[in-house]
Amino acid sequence: MKANRKNREKLPPHPMDSLLRSERLPHIWCPGCGIGTVFGSIMAAIQKSGYNLDKIAVVSGIGCTARMAGYIRLDSFHTTHGRAIPFATGLKLAKPETKVLVISGDGDLLAIGGNHFIHAARRNIDITVICVNNLTYGMTGGQSAPSTPFGARTTTSITGCPEEPFNFCYLASACGAVYVARWTSLHIRRLTNSITEAMQKRGFSFIEILTPCPTSFGRRNKTGNALETLKFYHERTVSRNDIDPKEAPVDFGSKIVVGKFVDMERPTFMDNYQYMCKNQVGNRPALGETITPERQVT
Amino acid sequence: MADKAILTGTYFMNGDYACCEGALAAGCRFFAGYPITPATEIAERMSRRLAELDGIFIQMEDELASMAAILGASWGGVKAMTSTSGPGFSLMMENIGLGICTETPCVVCNVQRAGPSTGLPTLVGQGDMMQARWGSHGHYEIIALAPSSPQEMFDFTVRAFNLSEQYRTPVIIMADEVVGHMTERVVIPRKEEIEVVARRKPDVPPGDYLPYRPDKDGIAPMANCGDGYRIHITGLTHNERGYPGMDAETQGQMVNRLIQKIAGNRDKIEQTNTMYLDDAEIVVVAYGISARSAKYAVYEARAGGIRAGLIKLDTVWPFPETLIRDIAVRVRALIMPEINAGQMVLELERCAGGACPVHLVSHLGGSVIHPDAILDAIENAGRSKVMKNKKPPVGRASRLSHKRRR
Repeated sequence: MKANRKNREKLPPHPMDSLLRSERLPHIWCPGCGIGTVFGSIMAAIQKSGYNLDKIAVVSGIGCTARMAGYIRLDSFHTTHGRAIPFATGLKLAKPETKVLVISGDGDLLAIGGNHFIHAARRNIDITVICVNNLTYGMTGGQSAPSTPFGARTTTSITGCPEEPFNFCYLASACGAVYVARWTSLHIRRLTNSITEAMQKRGFSFIEILTPCPTSFGRRNKTGNALETLKFYHERTVSRNDIDPKEAPVDFGSKIVVGKFVDMERPTFMDNYQYMCKNQVGNRPALGETITPERQVT
Repeated sequence: MADKAILTGTYFMNGDYACCEGALAAGCRFFAGYPITPATEIAERMSRRLAELDGIFIQMEDELASMAAILGASWGGVKAMTSTSGPGFSLMMENIGLGICTETPCVVCNVQRAGPSTGLPTLVGQGDMMQARWGSHGHYEIIALAPSSPQEMFDFTVRAFNLSEQYRTPVIIMADEVVGHMTERVVIPRKEEIEVVARRKPDVPPGDYLPYRPDKDGIAPMANCGDGYRIHITGLTHNERGYPGMDAETQGQMVNRLIQKIAGNRDKIEQTNTMYLDDAEIVVVAYGISARSAKYAVYEARAGGIRAGLIKLDTVWPFPETLIRDIAVRVRALIMPEINAGQMVLELERCAGGACPVHLVSHLGGSVIHPDAILDAIENAGRSKVMKNKKPPVGRASRLSHKRRR
């Protein structure tokens, strides 16, 4: 490893060096893991976005993906399992000028953190949530997750997962997310553009990224190693922008629909909160009365 | 124009409201919470008051989220708090641990009701005292205050914020249903009379800053999110730089510092309020609403010719070890009334170290302890033949039932 470090010193600087806590390398991710690719896309998107890097914060929960917060040279918070979104909610509301990215895994965001996910989307908290979906709990060795396909083998469902998975994009859309997209770690260019786009949105934006987990998921299932998984994604994914995410399931038996499904405008929590704070106490609105909060000028 | 945040004046106000006013006077501008009896009034008043003060109130989906949100807000540079009662307090334990490990200033007010589980939602209890101390996993130190009146709800909330900012740790206000719902005279001082402490910020350039390198007092200056320091904050065991260190050495250094920054400053944190200690033979040690019953019982005992005294614990954690050790060797008995089956009395016994008998006056919740129960205990202890220097029974304190005199 010392030799590696020496060699690295001789190498020309990596284009992402300014965004990496390179002193923390090597990272913990397994060979073939898709998280590194996603990490690259996120960093590229951040560079492209033009935001002042001191005004971007990354919040993560617990899991393989959540370790990303520890490698990115930004204000970064590696919180408790499932609580990245409420932590980010507090941070964003207390410091509205900060661009807050929540980066975590499927188990963290949608199993233990599922309740926070749906409510943050409902409130339209102005954060970008990036969910790396590797279909399993990788860090603990491959247990079934709310994303695990029906029948897939995991260490807690060795004869096949008896549960149907969530369609995360459909869930996010139903809860009111203003931007919803799904890609795989194979769609690097589109993923990077999508993250940049999501970061420009005001409100709850959500991107799901399917990635291979050869160590904990692939070797117990037919997807096999990382290359085979990526080939599988290459063959099975179809790109369909602007379709109802209800019609875009992750169906490993037939096709995996990727694309940008939702891109709309809706007042954020802050817009509505500030509007309501100015409202007179005792003014009883009729239920169903339409109010249009002024857009917060940023 | 008067400062809308500090409502200087004299009020007839309940404890929950006084807690809100204390928080606002201390500079709290973020509240995240979830409705729960008997702490709901805190959230309700905060929602109205923070709207006036351009602060943020958010009603979260549960207490897990509330606690996480105030940590996030605190790192955003805003003083933040939440309030709850037993069931919610249990849910908050997870992120109280994160707050301790990441050294995040914030305040949690637990208006205790009787448990376990849903228990008696509308009635008083003091059963969460050990939960406040040990409820989150791992070993750590905590600061907890126990107000016994609406006025103290105001004063202690101000102090809770000051302690949290100074020592970079979550501070818990262990109130109870009676103190929360009791309406009494509350005096809110003028702004210049209220001491407000703010977290110490780093004065070094970003390249030289280590988020967890302590100054001489054991506390590390805190850079907020967005200050340009590009901090990494994690609940994993971390080194001075804030980076994870998965080894026994880093663990030892981190936990030791978390403990020492509080244990090493006990003399500055601990606060008690004493009565008649100079010549007291029987001393009642009490906290929260039970201290009010105790005070009455001590007056009655004195009127009856018994030399009784009172130590009211304003801070319950850290427990005032030195004071109790000093007192235990020169009194005939220590008595602790509490609305649980004996929690803080274990600390009292430990600190008394066998130097004098320790008696518990227990009530299991649902009402306050009647002063007569404490008076009975004082009288019994006064009659007791146990002499000083004679070895007292080791182990559990003898229990007194809370039978009342007719």
